[in-house]
This record gives sequence, C-alpha cells and structure tokens, in this order.
Amino acid sequence: MYNYPDSTGHFGQFGGIYMAETLIPAVEELRVQYLRYQNDPEFKAEFAYELKHYVGRPSPIYHAKNWSDRLGGAQIYLKREDLNHTGAHKINNAIGQALLAKRMGKKRVIAETGAGMHGVATATVAARFGMECIVYMGAEDIQRQSPNVFRMKLLGATVVPVESGSKTLKDACNEAIRDWVTNVESTFYIFGTAAGPHPYPMMVRDFQCVIGNEAKIQMPEMIGRQPDAVIACVGGGSNAIGLFHPYIEEKDVQIIGVEAGGYGIASGQHAAPLTSNSKVGVLHGNRVNLMQDENGQITETHSISAGLDYPGVGPEHCWLKEIGRAQYVAINDDEAMQAFHDLCRFEGIIPALESSHALAHAAKIAPGMSKDKVLLVNLSGRGDKDINTVARLSGIAL
Amino acid sequence: MSRIQATFDALKQQNRRALIPFFTAGDPHPSLTVPLMHAMVVAGADVIELGVPFSDPMADGPTIQRASERALKQGMSLRGVLNLVSEFRQQDNRTPVVLMGYGNPIEAMGWDAFAQRCAEVGVDGVLTVDFPPEESHDAFEHLQRHGIDPIFLLAPTTEDARVEQVAKLARGYVYYVSLKGVTGAGNLDLSAIEQKLPQLRKHIKLPIGVGFGIRDAVTAQAVAKLCDGVVVGSRIVQEIENSNDATVIANVSALVNELRLAINQA
Repeated sequence: MYNYPDSTGHFGQFGGIYMAETLIPAVEELRVQYLRYQNDPEFKAEFAYELKHYVGRPSPIYHAKNWSDRLGGAQIYLKREDLNHTGAHKINNAIGQALLAKRMGKKRVIAETGAGMHGVATATVAARFGMECIVYMGAEDIQRQSPNVFRMKLLGATVVPVESGSKTLKDACNEAIRDWVTNVESTFYIFGTAAGPHPYPMMVRDFQCVIGNEAKIQMPEMIGRQPDAVIACVGGGSNAIGLFHPYIEEKDVQIIGVEAGGYGIASGQHAAPLTSNSKVGVLHGNRVNLMQDENGQITETHSISAGLDYPGVGPEHCWLKEIGRAQYVAINDDEAMQAFHDLCRFEGIIPALESSHALAHAAKIAPGMSKDKVLLVNLSGRGDKDINTVARLSGIAL
Repeated sequence: MSRIQATFDALKQQNRRALIPFFTAGDPHPSLTVPLMHAMVVAGADVIELGVPFSDPMADGPTIQRASERALKQGMSLRGVLNLVSEFRQQDNRTPVVLMGYGNPIEAMGWDAFAQRCAEVGVDGVLTVDFPPEESHDAFEHLQRHGIDPIFLLAPTTEDARVEQVAKLARGYVYYVSLKGVTGAGNLDLSAIEQKLPQLRKHIKLPIGVGFGIRDAVTAQAVAKLCDGVVVGSRIVQEIENSNDATVIANVSALVNELRLAINQA
C-alpha cells in the first residue's frame, strides 16, 4: 500500500521542512490545521460545492480522434482542465487553500507565479472570498505573460515584479517566502505547486487529486477500462501528481511525467531535473532533485514555457522516479511548439505551452503503439495566455 | 575549550558583550575578505560571522542579496570561503569564525567532507539558515564529530517546546532573530526582545546573540543591554557596498569601532 509522505513530510529521502526558524511554527500550524480539516465533512462539502458550481467540475475527457488518426497509432484522450474557470488546473488547489485560510482567520494571501495561472487562480479566489492578494512574479515572466498580469490586476490583486536572480519562478518563490517571514501572522501563503515544505506537497496533491479521481470514473464510462498510460507535464508537478496519484495502485497503468527539455538536455539549457539526473539538494523548503552547479548554486533554467521554468520538482515525483513507479522524459521547446500548433489545427483547442509538452510526448509515442491502446493526457491549461509568445516565435507582431 | 566558548567566557569575566559582525565572503572581492576580517578584529570584533554566498538567499533582504550576487560573480564558492578562513588563521588563531549560509552548497560538497575541512582550516561554528533541527540530525553529527559547533536560530515565533529542543542541540551560542522578517529589515522592536529573552534563558544556558535589524550604534547599544552578543550584518554589508577598494577597510573599521564603543557603554 502506497502511503506517503510519512508523518514528518518525507517521501523516502525527499521532502521535509527546510525552512528558516521564523516560518517553522507557521508550517507546523498549517500542518495541524490541514489535518484537522482534510476529513471534516463541512470542509469537504464546501470544497466539492465550489469545484462543481464555481470551477465547473467535473472537467470532461475528450477523445482527440482527428489528431490520433493522423498520428496513426494509440488513441489520445484529453483531460480537459483547460475548461476550468480561470483556464487551468491551478484553481482546484487555490480554492482548497483559500477555504483553509478562511478557517484559519487569515485575511491576506500571497502567491508566487510563473506562467501566471496560479497567480490568476489565487487572485480569483481572493476576490471570491474577500481577501487581500499579493502575487510575486519574475520580471521576465511578466514580459512573456502580460495578459495574465492584467487579469490579476482586474481581479484586484497587487502584482509585484521580482527583479532578483533569473527573474523567473524560483525568484518569485524567494520573494514570496520573504513576504511570508515578514507577515507570518496575518498571511496565508497559497503555494502553487506540489513542492515546498511539508505539508504543501501533500496538501496541494490532495486538492489536485480531483483530476485523477474523476478520470478513474470517466475512462471506464468512455472506453470500458482505464487507459494504458497517463501523461502530464511536470514543472513543480501539481497537475501531474493530481492525475498520477489516484493511479499509483493501478499497476497496469503506465505513469509518464514530461519535463521541459528547453533546447535539449545535452545543451544544459532546460528545466528537467529528473530527466537530466540532477543531484539531490535543498531549495524552497524541500529536498528534491535540483539543477545546480558543482558548488551547490542553483543554475538558471530555460523553457519556452514559464510555468515549467523551474530548477526543482516536487518531492513525490522524485520519489515515484526513485521507486520506479513513474517514468520521466523531456520534450524540447520545438517539439512542444509542434504539438501546440497540431492541437490548434486538428482539434480546435489552443493548449497552454506547459500542457503542450505532455501532448508532444503523447504524439511521439502514439505512432509506435497499436490503435487499441489509450493514452490519457492532462490538458492542464488553455493557451490564450501564450499567444504573445507564440506570435513572437513565429515572427508575427500582434 | 573551543574558541567560541573561550571568547564568551573571557567577555563574561569582563562583564562585556560580544560584537559579532557579519559580511559575505568574497564581497566586494575575495582578495579583500581576509584583510577585512583582520581589520574588524582590530576594530573590536569578538566573533566573525562569514556569509557563504548562495544563489537563492530566501532569508535575506536586498542588501545581503546583492552582496551574494557580487560574491558569486567574483567566483566565490564554499570551498573558496574555507580557503579564506585558512588564510585568516595564519595570522589569527584566537578569533572565532562562524560560517553562515544556506544548506545546499554544503549538501553539494557533502557534510562529512565539509565538516572535516572546517576543522582543518579553523572554522568554529556553522549556521545553516534553512536547516531546522528537524532536518539536521545527520548534518550535525558530522559537525560535532569534527568539533564544529552547530549554531541555531531562534525567532519571535519560536514556542517554548522548540526552544527546549534547540537547547539540547545547540553549541557555541544561540542566534536570536530579533524580528519577523528578512535581514536588514527596519521593524526592530526592543520591548519584544526584552520580553522574549527571559523565556529563552529558561532553557538556553549558552550565550545568546541577537541580530537582524540592528543598524547603528544606538540600536546596537540598546540590544547589547539585553543579551550576550550583538550581530550586525546588513549595516556592515551596506558600508562595503558604499565604499571602493581603496576606502572599504577604513570605512568598515570605523563602523565596527563605533559599534564597539557603543556596546562597551551598554
């Protein structure tokens, strides 16, 4: 029976609570409060109500038949998280944490964001529940995801540009942690991915498991059985763990996480700590595989997709790789772009660049599989936010 | 007896408080680090906290972040910092040196190799900001086997039970973070420190140093009245940042001396 993390937040050697002393009581309080409410019938009922009536769950599963036929092999099915309110899976977790913040009496929420989807989700729930909201976002990401910045502002959030380091997601995390340590008593940190200090990896996973739990009911309704593989993109890995976790005990279902290969693993310009076998290290509160130099300094990453542009990965993915239950691969920028365009043209769906990595891997392996095989891909978000990036890469001025 | 203990014992006999300046090794340049350390000792430093630069200094405010970036640009690394301490020890075998930083550079080197090298070059204590006692068992076994003191942080948010736990593990001295915030913050609350310290002293028998937010002689003197040692970091790093290679030693010496005189009158 798979039962992780342990009571101290470890998945084998991974995970933990590597935080400065000032924040240790805050993560401990969060752990206690989460354990108190996670099985509380009233909390669960409110969470389920919000997911159904506010987010629009369950999200459907769609058979991408045109694209599958063109690829000529396995059938590709898409879990449509892009159809959620705010356009990505991030809202599932943001609602869960906001409901917890409400019960803990916190009136101010903060978040880090890369692509901006978690920032938008947090700004949304803050507006919904009447909380002050501050979102930290790398200055470079603000440039490449400007539509999301405006969305957050419309929703009443303050977006703070982060100019330090590589000016991307990891630096936004650093700055959010600095805010939290300064405002620890008034503030709830709505962390966006299944990483960070315990209990975040467990709690975010639990809130995102609605994805896999629904899929496990929907797939037998559609095809009479579970898929042969579940596939999702992995940055921190919250959409992936939400799909994967309910399938861990389904031993016939292959689990494949897709990291951002950037310009290729060999180039060193990527964001694929698992695929590149990065050394284990400590950053942002947890022990994980981490892209770093020989002196233990965190290296700058590259991905076309801001949401995957992160040097670490959630501890449960490190663990699933170590025990051999999941396999991790990388998809390069150009392969992800190809899948992005194919889904637009053949299925009429504009996918997020993050999700396009998972799509690209499905497109890579489907042709080599027989037509009765089924791949379930998590379409974790929609690509409206990415049109500026795609236009720029195509040499088109909008 | 360790250098840290000998230093605090001697201070206690003279009824004096320790002045513990912090700066980032390699800032503004590695060739100035050892001269700065010697100059600080001459100007009245009792213990030196030497910052090990890290790419992602989550507990630090903008001043020390910039110092880390400057040091890393100059090629500073953990191994480089250890070599600088070795160089310092050629002329000073008395002043305790504590390395302060984040865990990952040590993880990358390996705790055993790191602790052994600390002992070789004459490092006395190690403070890793992001390694709380819960995650520190193996790390501190290595440190203690090589006679290096693990220095722990306590914070305004630390509750009694945790203070007791830290008291069992800590060696050398304990570093009380005077405020909720990052290094160099401006929200120092003296009465809150005054209230908290008796609670800490119920369990902590080691000397207690107080740092974060101490920005001038006046605040240093006020804090010194309450504890055994005063840590001044961002203010010194700011002085380094505002100086050039020709003036930095004199400017930092003058600042440390001013702090020394203020603390002596506490």
